[in-house]
Amino acid sequence: MSRIAGSERDVAWWSARRQLVPVLTTLAAALLDSLPIVTQTPLVPDFAFLVLIAWRLLRPELWQAYAALPLGFFADLVAGHPLGQSMAIWTITFLAFDLIDLRVGWRDYWTDWLFASLAIAFHSAAAWYIGWIGGSRTDFMILMPQLVLSLFSFPLVARIVLGLDRWRLAR
Amino acid sequence: MAPPSTRRPGFSRRAQYGLFLGYVVAVAGVLFALMLLTLSVIDPRGFGALKGAALDATSPVSSAGRGIVNFFGGIGSTVGNYFNAGAQNDDLKRQLAATRRKIVEARATELENQRLKAMLKLSETVGDEVTVTRVVGSSFDSSRRLATLSVGSGAGVAPGQPVRSPEGLIGRVIETGRWASRVLLVSDGASSVPVRLVRDGTPAIAQGLGDGSIDLKTLEVGKNPFRRGDILVTSGVGGVYPPNVPVAVVVRVERERTTARPLADPATVDFAMVLRPFQPVADQPLSQATSEALQGAAQ
Repeated sequence: MSRIAGSERDVAWWSARRQLVPVLTTLAAALLDSLPIVTQTPLVPDFAFLVLIAWRLLRPELWQAYAALPLGFFADLVAGHPLGQSMAIWTITFLAFDLIDLRVGWRDYWTDWLFASLAIAFHSAAAWYIGWIGGSRTDFMILMPQLVLSLFSFPLVARIVLGLDRWRLAR
Repeated sequence: MAPPSTRRPGFSRRAQYGLFLGYVVAVAGVLFALMLLTLSVIDPRGFGALKGAALDATSPVSSAGRGIVNFFGGIGSTVGNYFNAGAQNDDLKRQLAATRRKIVEARATELENQRLKAMLKLSETVGDEVTVTRVVGSSFDSSRRLATLSVGSGAGVAPGQPVRSPEGLIGRVIETGRWASRVLLVSDGASSVPVRLVRDGTPAIAQGLGDGSIDLKTLEVGKNPFRRGDILVTSGVGGVYPPNVPVAVVVRVERERTTARPLADPATVDFAMVLRPFQPVADQPLSQATSEALQGAAQ
């Protein structure tokens, strides 16, 4: 493919791809929840959240903090969480990431993983607490396998998002 | 690499205001989301129509893929069976012997039961099912234990109806769409089912633990009445679950803590029956005659 746009259509396609890929991949990850997997224990990571923070950490300029609201709304509807759960948790995470960006000048792979780990821990704890308020009296320890699995699958998700980002910006 | 400084958009007033406005919207959005969340927690059925529509929209994916997942899950367990054949054979022989003994006992009990029922002229209300369906999905990434059924209000399913499989109780319906509905499993932390011990009728509450097991609480203090392998059935108290549906088998007994495993594993059950609530009459307002009689008694 030529690096110079040959037509208006090429330009339109590239710009659409550049803008829509992050949103569409996050929505697709949220839709993983409707896969026909029936389990008795929480084990599988919340891929929508992982993809979301992977995009946010890779491209801080991509989304303003309020972009998490509609994405969280979609995730709540698909996953059957109480409405507002992902909306609140995701937006608070984005605001926290903005604060971190203000304070921390240098970032690398390990700091990104650290911030992602903190975000994942916050996400699990907040979701568990909302469940507790909603009458689900469960032990937090049952979420540990899922939490550990999420922490270790973040680099993998980040790698996939990086590949998507390269494809998104390629000409 | 130092990140590009996106938080200081330069000297443009317009860009600065835009950024500030973004934060105002985000914080307002968080507050709005928390408000929605409060509403959802106070009234879990509040956004029923919206969530039902979302359920409907995603149900084709769940329903269509279920067969494939069953196929692959089947391969896994078949391979496992091959490796465990010897141990399984021993186990099965032991179980068979135990079952034979039980059958003899059960026949005797059945006869006695028939005799007593005839004496009391009791008639059991069975076959009160709304519809038969399949479990097609579940919440596998949160601390809640919810499953999705492939029928909804179109087939007469309504929130509050109990769901069972031939093996035992699955849970109860909490949300319905037109073609799909969501079930609170008995292993969810918010589910508590009144049960009784089959062996001697001791009443208990089966409270889900969220990790696929159930905690049993007796209603009286003292010695723990449960033994490993005990079967629990619903008692019918509370009027949601019909009596005598198998619920769980006790797997571990510690001093005060009894853990049981649900008999119906939603991952492997083939069919789920949606039943009518056992005594819906209990929720309804008093009839004219009853309230008049009560007033008369008060005067």
